[in-house]
Amino acid sequence: MKLTGAEIIWECLLREGVEVVFGYPGGAILPTYDALSKYEGKLHHVLVRHEQGGTHMADGYARATGKVGVAMATSGPGATNMVTGIATAMMDSSPIVCITGQVATKYIGSDAFQECDVTGITLPITKHNFLVTDITKLAYTMRKAFHIARTGRPGPVLVDVAKDVQTASIEFEYPEGVIKLPGYQPRTYASEEQVSRAIDLIRAAKRPLILAGHGVNMSGAERELLEFAERAQVPVALTLLGKGAMPESHPLCLGMMGMHGAAAVNQAIQGADLLLAFGMRFDDRVTGNLKTYSPNSRKIHVDIDASELNKNVPVDVGIAGDLKTVLDQFLPELPRLEHREWVHEIRNWQEDGDQRDIVHQVADGDKLYAAHAIRDLWKATNGDALIVTDVGQHQMWEAQYYLHDRPRTLITSGGLGTMGFGLPAAIGAKMGCPNETVWAVVGDGGFQMTACELATAAQENVNVNIAVINNGYLGMVRQWQEFFYEERYNATPMRSPDFVKLAEAHGIPAFRVTSRHQIQDAVTQAERINGPTLVEFRVEKADVVYPMVPAGADLDNMIRRPMATPDFSDNG
Amino acid sequence: MKQTLVALVENEPGVLNRVASLFRRRNFNIDSLTVGRTENPDVSRMTIVVDSTVTSVYQVEKNLVKLVNVLLVDEVTEKPFFSRDLALIKVRASDAARALADKYGAKLIDHSNGLMLFEYSDEEQRVEQLVQELNPLGIVEMVRTGVVAMGKGELILHPDPEDKVVA
Repeated sequence: MKLTGAEIIWECLLREGVEVVFGYPGGAILPTYDALSKYEGKLHHVLVRHEQGGTHMADGYARATGKVGVAMATSGPGATNMVTGIATAMMDSSPIVCITGQVATKYIGSDAFQECDVTGITLPITKHNFLVTDITKLAYTMRKAFHIARTGRPGPVLVDVAKDVQTASIEFEYPEGVIKLPGYQPRTYASEEQVSRAIDLIRAAKRPLILAGHGVNMSGAERELLEFAERAQVPVALTLLGKGAMPESHPLCLGMMGMHGAAAVNQAIQGADLLLAFGMRFDDRVTGNLKTYSPNSRKIHVDIDASELNKNVPVDVGIAGDLKTVLDQFLPELPRLEHREWVHEIRNWQEDGDQRDIVHQVADGDKLYAAHAIRDLWKATNGDALIVTDVGQHQMWEAQYYLHDRPRTLITSGGLGTMGFGLPAAIGAKMGCPNETVWAVVGDGGFQMTACELATAAQENVNVNIAVINNGYLGMVRQWQEFFYEERYNATPMRSPDFVKLAEAHGIPAFRVTSRHQIQDAVTQAERINGPTLVEFRVEKADVVYPMVPAGADLDNMIRRPMATPDFSDNG
Repeated sequence: MKQTLVALVENEPGVLNRVASLFRRRNFNIDSLTVGRTENPDVSRMTIVVDSTVTSVYQVEKNLVKLVNVLLVDEVTEKPFFSRDLALIKVRASDAARALADKYGAKLIDHSNGLMLFEYSDEEQRVEQLVQELNPLGIVEMVRTGVVAMGKGELILHPDPEDKVVA
């Protein structure tokens, strides 16, 4: 059957199992949009309000479902608007495919209207990208793009399609069978020697600690991780993106490590004699000062990307492989072990942290603390919602006070720290997982970066609940100014629109919470409504996320919340 | 210490751009990089010299291998291999320059307008020595290709997908 390039694009998306495309039309992609009517009912197109939002939606969809998310845009400004979303997906290894229109082949390089070198611009922020100027290569390129995006260490792939390729016609046959990519052969397993060296180190360890990262979820290795931790009785610390890798209600799960991690977790890392780094990459936000990082430990590092091994932290055993496969190799060799003293020592550190914790410390009084708001949201949602955050203080409070027991229930921009990620990513997540209760937890700053997507949520009637944690400041920046810039609050106080009215202007029901006792009701009301809702939490303006490891400081050199206040009472 | 990597890459537009972009964004310090055709029209060959005191050769290798268009990377420093750097050196004509060139075995390929043009190919260090010795005699123009390398005897690089390990 003869198809146009435009039709081939949609056919390929269908063959790859794509259900939804987040896009925005324009001149150079118009032939493809023109062909869309033939695919109505087979595939849903979501009209976004800004291409950045489209890429975040594809990203949120991908992280929630484990499938490849797809975003579409026109050439030039449409494609450059995607850059932030692509870089976000790249840093967090999220599989998305971005399809952009390009000016017709004969105009490429002539500074034509809405022309820009999109493959050049996105080269350093994609796993791979393609420029298609020959219709005979279009279908195979699409197939390769999806294969590269979802295999190995997943990541964004961009396919830039010249306009004349979209309008040309060719006999279409989907390229089934083996994909010929001689330069791309992801490695998946450990060598026997690596397994036995790792097991020897585990047997010898007295104070072992697992560092579980995003790779656990990406690889689907949650069950293997749990079995490993339980059999060898090794406590588990989580990275931000590792939340959900192990149920946080499990006694061996310690919670989050790093800059705003629990103090006890960082103390455990510094005091460990063996670190088992599973699917994490020793980001500076989790290591602090590398020179003093976990000084007395041997290290086993399993990551699918060989270039992550020995990049930041030198390791004793570095295994480039798929985590689930490698853990499956470990498990038959892994003995039953006990580390009672070590676990007990960590418990003591945790108790000290609990006493300082705001959840146990400050009576609510008339004040609404963001930490309390998040903890109450956790209770009101039975700890079972799919949370998508933006970036900033609220993100760290979420990580500290919303405990996740299931994988893929926290979606957050960790690596790039992209403000504006929350709302669009939540829309994508909800469209991918319609049976999940989805909450976008965002700050007043980041929310306004992509608040235009309220209109997308309304048009699609996406059942996503938005919690705006409004403290009238760019809170995380304000916090740094308080600690490290002598309280010069330059450019951080923020006057925002009336968020309730803003939502209502979009036809989105909205509620305002100003004290703690209103939270349960507001959450219940919001969840009862079928469609988007917004709840604004007017929280304390000058609150600070504790504990905090200053950037580049030793991991156990934390700024801690001062010890108990006189009105000590348990509101946990 | 200087270490030499050889990479076989797909002969496609933009591959050099991808490699150069990788070095820049990872802040890799590269001594020299050459690209050339091979016995296989679909494959180009790069020779990359890295100063291992400032840049991790392991990181260069693993990041290169990650590029989809890179077929194979081999660190040849510890293996028996030959490397050559080709220089064209133009100097003010003199008997001394001629004598130096003869000592090194450089070829005089032009002698006109009071200038001598020598062609010299050898290991990078030897080329460096000749340049240093010629310097006082007045080098007016010079170009060097950068290093190309090839293993001895049976040490042959094939773009065999079995060898390719990538994340």
